[in-house]
Amino acid sequence: MDFATLLQMLDATMRLATPLLLACLAGLYSERAGIFDIGLEGKMLAAAFLSAAIAAVTGNVWVGLLAGIGASISLSVIHGLASITFRGNQLISGVAINFLAAGLTVVVAQSWFRQGGRTPQLTDGGRFEPITLPFAEALRDVPVIGPIYYELISGHTPLVYVAVLMVPLTWWVLYRTRFGLRLRAVGENPAAVDTAGVSVITLRYAAVAICGVLCGIAGAYLATALQAGFVKDMSAGRGFIALAALIFAKWRPWYALYACLLFGFLQAMSLRPDVIENVLNFRVNGQLLDVLPYILTVVILAGFVGKAIPPRAGGAPYVKER
Amino acid sequence: MDVMPKWADVVLIPLISILLAAILSALVILAIGENPWEALKLMVQGALGSTYGWGYTLYYATNFIFTGLAVAIAFHARMFNIGGEGQALLGGLGVAIICLYIPWPHWTLALLGAAIGAAIFGAAWAAIPAFLQAKRGSHIVITTIMFNFIAAALLNYFLIGALKVPGSMEPASAKFPEATHLPSFQDMFSFGESTLFRGAPANITFFVAVAACVALWALIWRTRLGYEIRAFGHSESAAKYAGISPTKIIMVAMLISGALAGMMAINNVQGEAERLVLNAVEGAGFIGIAVALMGRSHPFGVFLAALLFGFLYQGGAELALWTSIPRELIIVIQALVILFTGALDNMVRMPLERLFLSLRRAKQ
Repeated sequence: MDFATLLQMLDATMRLATPLLLACLAGLYSERAGIFDIGLEGKMLAAAFLSAAIAAVTGNVWVGLLAGIGASISLSVIHGLASITFRGNQLISGVAINFLAAGLTVVVAQSWFRQGGRTPQLTDGGRFEPITLPFAEALRDVPVIGPIYYELISGHTPLVYVAVLMVPLTWWVLYRTRFGLRLRAVGENPAAVDTAGVSVITLRYAAVAICGVLCGIAGAYLATALQAGFVKDMSAGRGFIALAALIFAKWRPWYALYACLLFGFLQAMSLRPDVIENVLNFRVNGQLLDVLPYILTVVILAGFVGKAIPPRAGGAPYVKER
Repeated sequence: MDVMPKWADVVLIPLISILLAAILSALVILAIGENPWEALKLMVQGALGSTYGWGYTLYYATNFIFTGLAVAIAFHARMFNIGGEGQALLGGLGVAIICLYIPWPHWTLALLGAAIGAAIFGAAWAAIPAFLQAKRGSHIVITTIMFNFIAAALLNYFLIGALKVPGSMEPASAKFPEATHLPSFQDMFSFGESTLFRGAPANITFFVAVAACVALWALIWRTRLGYEIRAFGHSESAAKYAGISPTKIIMVAMLISGALAGMMAINNVQGEAERLVLNAVEGAGFIGIAVALMGRSHPFGVFLAALLFGFLYQGGAELALWTSIPRELIIVIQALVILFTGALDNMVRMPLERLFLSLRRAKQ
């Protein structure tokens, strides 16, 4: 494999890892606050649809992004109502949200656009365009560093950079701010947070709302940057891979980045079977590459490679003592 | 002391939840510019208006009884088996292997063999997540989700590899031999001139599903094992104190659950398609969740809920055929049922409990 192909693969890895990373960080906020969220998939899907639909109608991708975030947040509100206010089962609520998004997106898409459950193809202005970072053109001919900077680091859509910047931001919020300390505490021992006079309910709703925003960006990225329009079931299990990455990363932001890059790389590889065959000299089964994230997660969960321990109060509604 | 009488818990709350789901579904239909009342009439006509419609409704219901029972038994042990989809896929693989490679003399024996094969394959697919939950504490919800994806890839692998018909482009197994053909309702209920259930896929598996309901009821409420499963579900620590092994209960409940989900395959793979195709389960594993929640994890409730969802599925197909409402509307209804009967249960329950409390105070 030559250098150019490697760069291409890594470039594809970045693009494919971005939605995973955004969804994974979304899940991280929610689960660190003690709210399990298996509805990441549904929120991404809803955001993908509404962002593409609004971008197609208005011709402005930023309005589309906002609409996508709105769709995702409204599903977050349902999840919050079910799991925080009404103390319902968080997992069942997540399942319901996934189905709600899977069904509603197609029903509404068909009713609005009559194109068999998809949105019209997005054209200029309706999509996020790649941005060229400063000096990328000038440095292009410098050996090694030039191509890396030009191909790999520069030339992505804005949301890719947003996703990567979210990692240090999330780390800072979680470990260096008062809000982050309380957020982590409410996922481990909500009674202690309550005793300190901080509202468990408010904190958890805040976490669920942040989760909604990030899932919204992830979904909008799918429909307006990675592809040009919404198609039925376009999230294609990415919400669950993000969940897998979250477990893989043991609920920590920097490791979430590494896990998502790894899973993104696996996805990039399954798109280029010819490259793998050239490098390894034998054919790797495409299905195996597709399910490797899931298999790795089961192995991690089984505790054979370091144990993944979720936040202690995760999944349990908080009932104030009387 | 119970706040509410039992009938309110068993009948009133599910009814109100379904009513809420129905109202919201009607609003969705209104919003996309169709008439909900006309849609309902069309669904009833299409699903229940002819023996043909009934044949489809009961066929779908059979699938949902199996997957609903699978989720229900896991619920009794306070476990959430989202893996019904994957277990049913593997059950299909079991049925295909049994039907293709064993020369069955008669369909009765083939049905027995296929049922055992489907149950073993489904149970095996549930066994790994169950073991990891029991021994290593890995959350069963996450592992069963992962196993759904792995199962889909595995089936894909077999259907474009070992099981594919040589020379064919289609990812599907060969057609099963004639001797494994299960009697359909048309074969069973047509007398002389009158042909009932013409062309509908409902088959003898429906009665197997009904028998499974009865058997599961007996298991849960009439055996020692069922008592242990329920005790474990109510309080793990109390069950441990009473000498019930958590490992045993988790394993046994999940094995039964996986076996039931797998047995769905005798209906859709052996009974209907008579060969194994890609994505044969078509989401029935997930509908089991809605069915079990709505049926309050009771086999009789599961039976009724499965009939309702069978009706919704066949009715939804008719809607998609005659109106511009896409089939995915059923997924929305399914989501709303899960939401209201499962996640938002307390939203209905809390005001009702308050109502019954104030009624009781008024009486005293």
